[in-house]
Amino acid sequence: MPDIVNVGLNHKTAPVEIRECLAFSDPEVDVALERLQKCPVIDEVLLVSTCNRVEVLLTTESAAAAIEAVKDFLSEYKQVAPEKFNASLYIHSGDEAVGHIFRVAASLDSMMVGEPQILGQIKAAYQSATRKKTSGVILNRLMHRTFFVAKRVRSETGIGDHAVSISYAAVELGRKIFGSLEGKKVLLIGAGEMAELAVEHLIRNKAGDIFVANRTFERGVALARQFHGKPIRFEEIAEHLQQVDIIISSTGSPGFIIGPEHIKGIMRGRRNRPLFFIDIAVPRNIDPEINRLSNAYVYDIDDLKGVIEDNLEDRNREAIKAERIIAEAVIRFRQWLESLSVVPTIVALQKKLDGIAAAELDKTLHALNHLAERDREVVERMTQSLIHKILHDPILWLKREGHDNDRSALLDITRKLFKLDEP
Amino acid sequence: MALTTLCYLLSTVAYIAYLFYQKDYFQRTGLYLLLAGFALHTAAIAFAFIQSGQIPVRNLYETLSIAGWAMAGVFVVFQFKFQLKILGIYAAPLVSLIMIIAARLPREPAQTNTLFNSFWLVSHIVVIFTGEAAFALACGVGILYLVQERALKTKNYGFFFRRLPDLELLDTTGYACIFVGFTLLTIGLVTGFVYAKSSWGRFWSWDPKEVWSGISWLLYAVLLHGRLALGWRGRKAAIMAIIGFVILIFTFLGVNFLLQGHHGEFTRQ
Repeated sequence: MPDIVNVGLNHKTAPVEIRECLAFSDPEVDVALERLQKCPVIDEVLLVSTCNRVEVLLTTESAAAAIEAVKDFLSEYKQVAPEKFNASLYIHSGDEAVGHIFRVAASLDSMMVGEPQILGQIKAAYQSATRKKTSGVILNRLMHRTFFVAKRVRSETGIGDHAVSISYAAVELGRKIFGSLEGKKVLLIGAGEMAELAVEHLIRNKAGDIFVANRTFERGVALARQFHGKPIRFEEIAEHLQQVDIIISSTGSPGFIIGPEHIKGIMRGRRNRPLFFIDIAVPRNIDPEINRLSNAYVYDIDDLKGVIEDNLEDRNREAIKAERIIAEAVIRFRQWLESLSVVPTIVALQKKLDGIAAAELDKTLHALNHLAERDREVVERMTQSLIHKILHDPILWLKREGHDNDRSALLDITRKLFKLDEP
Repeated sequence: MALTTLCYLLSTVAYIAYLFYQKDYFQRTGLYLLLAGFALHTAAIAFAFIQSGQIPVRNLYETLSIAGWAMAGVFVVFQFKFQLKILGIYAAPLVSLIMIIAARLPREPAQTNTLFNSFWLVSHIVVIFTGEAAFALACGVGILYLVQERALKTKNYGFFFRRLPDLELLDTTGYACIFVGFTLLTIGLVTGFVYAKSSWGRFWSWDPKEVWSGISWLLYAVLLHGRLALGWRGRKAAIMAIIGFVILIFTFLGVNFLLQGHHGEFTRQ
């Protein structure tokens, strides 16, 4: 029976430097799929690469060899020494691998648990695999189950509803202030993983123009390109406060960058439209005194955490529900996988008996030269129906529901009994 | 009339349940009950109108009833326009309260010489009451705004933070209420002037009610001007809406009880 294996690394096991090294762009994914499929120990294969994870999902008859093949491929294709990423790799096989891909797609394994983007990324990965014809019966079925499970988790648990991360918290707070974030202009001061995630989140919520200010202008230009935004110089922040609505700040500055004196003067020009500050930096960049001003709202990292912790208990409860859905789906999938391997056994069994019958028929008919064509046909038909009758009950027994736990043992006995594995 | 009040009260209960349990069917029940109450109320007022041939504002009971009716009507309109579901928690109890106070008052119409059936007088009364209901709603929205703003400023993500809508929606709704209220108040005052001219021969007679109405009108005019010309919004606008409504209540009731004037007939007991 083929084994399902998952080799990968994610934000929990590997720092961003390693993830960067091993990330695949879309065209690279296609090449990688072709290369992996050529590997004789790998039957079906799928590659998921996002900013937080790289995963290879495959089916194989010999798991150990396939895992080595994947490691070799990663190291060779990405030009990274294996010892650099080996410790960060996790390897799942069988039920674990199935459960893992379900969990990833349902966004339980995400940096921001419940964020919806991952499902789309996995769908894209699956599309690449179908386009390159590297997925077969098992992965096709597995991926369809995966999408189904992810949707079920989303609709039956509240995992996606809650503010589950800093950036979600920021968006949620923004919604309480602005209603819709559509068209709201964002100013990012500084850089950093969390701040960038927050900006991405705002963009996904249809935020408007993005401005990026950085002490080193070049870095600002690079970041701005990433968000399709506009880089501005650090000295220009004050004048841009007039037009932006949301300010995300994450710099290493030891003191406040923006104080009440910057805000008081501009409120009139903004016609008192609200200003929403998200201060991710420690020490803080935005003077909390600004929060006392009318229509200005300042949140530092602890305030944002407050939003999340309010939901923590709910979220744990929802996660338990989601895990139950996944456990159920894993069992269902295993049953399907096992029933699948009944079919090749039955086919092999039929082939074996057909072969014996054909050989014996040949011998017998040779000795009975006097028979007319019609008589020969009758004898052939009788042989066929003998095989059919003999196989009828064993096949029914093999296919029968109920022995889910020992089906593989059963198949094993059948194969040995009829010597199906030897030519 | 008792049935109307009962509908409003049940609606209040449903809205309170909605506030606590956040289930949409409570909100829908509340709204339907309020609609039922409003329909009954409309029928009752229409009946009184036809029966007596004049608009039923002959005593405080009837006047309050009209005020409650206008309040319910304006709320229903704004509810459908802005989908501000939680506003029922303010409107339904307010209407119920008005109706309960009204129910405790004597029903005998005061004897007056005036007949309330002039076109100008009827439009004056209906328009003014509708406008005042809009201001009442603006006050309610203003209160909700201040509560939500406080939750946001103090980072208290508790009960109200989750249940109240966003500041933007509250602010826009408040503005719409003030705008509608101001328009109606202006029309109401004009029709009042026309009626005054036709019945007493002069537009303005320094009646206390007139003076206080003028003050309310000026206050709301300042508020609207501030909003349109200077961009006053949020907290300032919310506080002004609340102050405006307090003055309006005084104009509506206080003037009649504390001061004298030709509007006294409406609240005579």
